[in-house]
Amino acid sequence: MEHFAIWVAAFLTMGIISFLYKDNAWYKLSEAIFVGISAGYWFVTLFWDNIYGKFWVGRGDDAMLYIGAFLGLLMLMRLVPKVGWISRWPLAFIVGATAGFYLINYFSSNVMRQVEDTIMPLLGTDYSATTYDMIGNIVIAVGTFSGLVYFFFSKEHKGVFGGTAKVGIFFLMITFGASFGYTVMSRMSLLIGRLDFLFGDWLGMIK
Amino acid sequence: MRRQIPLFITFFVGTLLILSVFIPPMETLGEDFTLFFDIIAVFAFFLGGGNLVRVHITKLIKRKPDWGFSVVTLVGFAFVLIVGLFKIGNPGDIASSVTAEGSWFQESFNYILNPLQSTMYALLAFFVASASYRAFRAKNREATILLVAAFVILLGRTPFGMALTSWIPESLSIFQIPNLAIWIMNSPNLAGQRAIMIGIGLGVVSMSLRLILGIERTYLGDDRA
Repeated sequence: MEHFAIWVAAFLTMGIISFLYKDNAWYKLSEAIFVGISAGYWFVTLFWDNIYGKFWVGRGDDAMLYIGAFLGLLMLMRLVPKVGWISRWPLAFIVGATAGFYLINYFSSNVMRQVEDTIMPLLGTDYSATTYDMIGNIVIAVGTFSGLVYFFFSKEHKGVFGGTAKVGIFFLMITFGASFGYTVMSRMSLLIGRLDFLFGDWLGMIK
Repeated sequence: MRRQIPLFITFFVGTLLILSVFIPPMETLGEDFTLFFDIIAVFAFFLGGGNLVRVHITKLIKRKPDWGFSVVTLVGFAFVLIVGLFKIGNPGDIASSVTAEGSWFQESFNYILNPLQSTMYALLAFFVASASYRAFRAKNREATILLVAAFVILLGRTPFGMALTSWIPESLSIFQIPNLAIWIMNSPNLAGQRAIMIGIGLGVVSMSLRLILGIERTYLGDDRA
């Protein structure tokens, strides 16, 4: 059984890789299987985790669950054209809750926390910072400030402001370059993993 | 009323969640709302699954180009659904987990979904390589900085990068490519990331306020819905 499954996995892996040649039937077949299987997989996982797990096994007597289920049912009203507008209610709930949740959390983690970590004592909190640390902290403070100046588009980028924005662009370019390099490496490691599967698990050429 | 009620719900729920952070007895509200999200997500998935079936059946009935692949999608969807919901091919009894090792559902993940997903992402390595051929041209100062940073990070993560600069004495070890890569990641890269994160944070805050106050209404769609 496992042997057959490995052959299936190899067939599908090569089907996806065949796209490098051109869009072809083998690739489309693998893609169609991917869409069907992944939709079914998430459907089943969500059902067992959230419907069965919470209503049957978990705290099925909690009224909060039924409010959630009621909102979920309202979402299905979209299927009935005459009362489809009711499906906006759960949507409005999700949008409102997400907005309220994110407003606080993003302001706390993405703004306040980042500003706090950027404005560090130059010599460290216990005066133990090395020259290397100090240079690093200055680079971070200057880079963050100039990067933010670049993102401020309400004022024309001219003079000192424009110069600072230019420095900001340099820092952003380093960030994009680093992210690019990092992405290439992560994709490469995935590719190596697939090649390892093909030549190792399937063909047995790598022991 | 079709627009007013959803706008009120958004305002009420959003404001309530913000207040809950400052009022201790309301602290658990966030958890309750997360529970609602999970349950609504399942129903949204019913809707999504139903839509997937509808789109592919329509394609099949109208014999549109490549309708054969729609059959494959529908069969794959139905297969996982039946195997997963009725726990067919599950070792042990019906009470055992659907993701138990050796179950057909788990095997379909291990030998179909997982290889397909990782190969899809791995394929991006080739497209990134082709993109880098175009991007890695030092046309101006900014592009040169991007090129150098990417190159140092790429080399710094490989044994080749280490071998290339291993002759540099210990006192100047910062200039060894792996160390330089670490410094780039921890200092200038972090600065740029922070500027982007703070920008995103402020953007999210302003968008959240627009939604809660009813200024942003595009999520409601038009009145025909």
